[in-house]
Amino acid sequence: MLIDDLRGMWAIMLKDLRTYYFKPPNVSWGLLFPFAFALAFAIREPTNVRDLVPGLLALTILFGTSSMEAIVITFERRVGALERLLLAPLRLPALLVSKLLGGMVFGLVTASVVLTVALALFGAVGVNWPLLILTMLLSAAAFSALGVLISVAVKEVFEAQTLANAFRFPMMFLGGVFVPTTLLPTGLRIVAHVLPLTYAVEALRVAMQGGSFASAALDLVALAFFTAVLFGPAVRVLARRME
Amino acid sequence: MPEPTAAIEVAGLTKRYGPPETGLVAVDHIDFEVRPGEIFGFLGPNGAGKTTTIRMLTGLSRPTAGHARVLGLDLARDMPRIKKKIGVVPEASNLYAELTALDNLIFSMQLYGVPRRERARRAEELLDRFRLAGKRDVPFARLSRGMKRALTIAAALAHRPALLFLDEPTTGLDVISARGLRQMIAGFSDEGVTVFLTTHYLEEAERLCDRIALLVQGQIVALDTVEGLTASMQEATTVEVTLAGDTDGTETRRVVDNDVAAAVQASLAGAQAEGRRVLAVNTVRPTLEDVFVQLTGLSADVMRAEKGGKGG
Repeated sequence: MLIDDLRGMWAIMLKDLRTYYFKPPNVSWGLLFPFAFALAFAIREPTNVRDLVPGLLALTILFGTSSMEAIVITFERRVGALERLLLAPLRLPALLVSKLLGGMVFGLVTASVVLTVALALFGAVGVNWPLLILTMLLSAAAFSALGVLISVAVKEVFEAQTLANAFRFPMMFLGGVFVPTTLLPTGLRIVAHVLPLTYAVEALRVAMQGGSFASAALDLVALAFFTAVLFGPAVRVLARRME
Repeated sequence: MPEPTAAIEVAGLTKRYGPPETGLVAVDHIDFEVRPGEIFGFLGPNGAGKTTTIRMLTGLSRPTAGHARVLGLDLARDMPRIKKKIGVVPEASNLYAELTALDNLIFSMQLYGVPRRERARRAEELLDRFRLAGKRDVPFARLSRGMKRALTIAAALAHRPALLFLDEPTTGLDVISARGLRQMIAGFSDEGVTVFLTTHYLEEAERLCDRIALLVQGQIVALDTVEGLTASMQEATTVEVTLAGDTDGTETRRVVDNDVAAAVQASLAGAQAEGRRVLAVNTVRPTLEDVFVQLTGLSADVMRAEKGGKGG
């Protein structure tokens, strides 16, 4: 049964990447978005662009993973293609993991381009690579799980986009990307700490400054926790919706 | 493992939506058995519970009550194993719009674990068989409706299932595509594939199926071979009256009665009352349509009109 799950997950992930993710408009949007932000920030504060890199990286992963993913499942459910996958010999959680992986791969590929450019501009000295990679993976998993939950919770594609933005844009401003969470008023700081982006930005900052795993431990645990609490309900919601 | 004696065994299968007292009972304690290698027809009007039954038997929906075994495996316990052995063609052709005919077949085979070395050969074989070889590199979205249907069936057969579920396979197809598809479906049982076919086309069920279950409001009201079902009406005679149309063309009406004279009289009286000219009066053997009308109390036109298809 596990073999069937793994085989199905691999096939679905590759199919999704090919048919949905790696399309010119999607790739260009995934790359233009972070660079446009960086440029806007650089024009305003040219001296602090380097500080923006962890937040920009986190933002790229957030939008790369969740943008298309929130649409893919909703769209497939609408045209009946999801039913085709549900009829295949793999279990429902495995099917959703395959969707999660598709989003993760696309988010990580676009983030890798941003990371490469950032390292070329600012240097790679002192980066804790294992921590950076682990943080990127866990961030992609958490954000992708958010995309999965959104897409199974709604009926229409436009609802998925609206709901995704309702989560992503507040996160963008409260998650420590542009303004450190320590500078936020107390109420907003509390809100910031229930957002996965906050932990992703913090752990990426630690990794890029060469910090230890211990310094980012809480952030890593939080990202793993978000992945679980977003993905678990998604499986239950889809099972109920398919009835 | 010994060969199962039945491809599908169903006992008391029920699907209820909503609360027990006020909810909708879509399928109501049905019992039936499908024999290996046969084409089994599930015939009924819209909302009779045909698709709900398929959804339960293929693992898309959980039964509220009852038991079922598919290819000898328990529905409640062995669904992943059942899924590997069945093929399902839903009512809507739902392959991937952007993938080509060939890639859709290859993807289906990947999902079902067909070994890599066999995939290309099997895909070409299916494309040839379904007369789609010339369309192998055409995206699914650009195929005609009939071709989409044929490719969807081909994809369901890609992993060589022992049991194929076909949900309204010819709905919405033109007459020629529907006829071609029926010929193919008839050929499946020659290869030992058991076919569970739902349809609202009485003629389709009559032509294709070894046995037919008539489903009305979630309950099976009759189950037999076409001969067995029509034999129950041997005493009755069907009188077919052809009337001139109001503007052009003709209209055929059927009256079933044990008394031929009474049936003819009733037909003629009806035509006279409407001021219609009678072109011909014939007595014919009872058909499945007559059985359907007698058992369900519904007009056969209900079945034709509901889907608005041209599958005839």
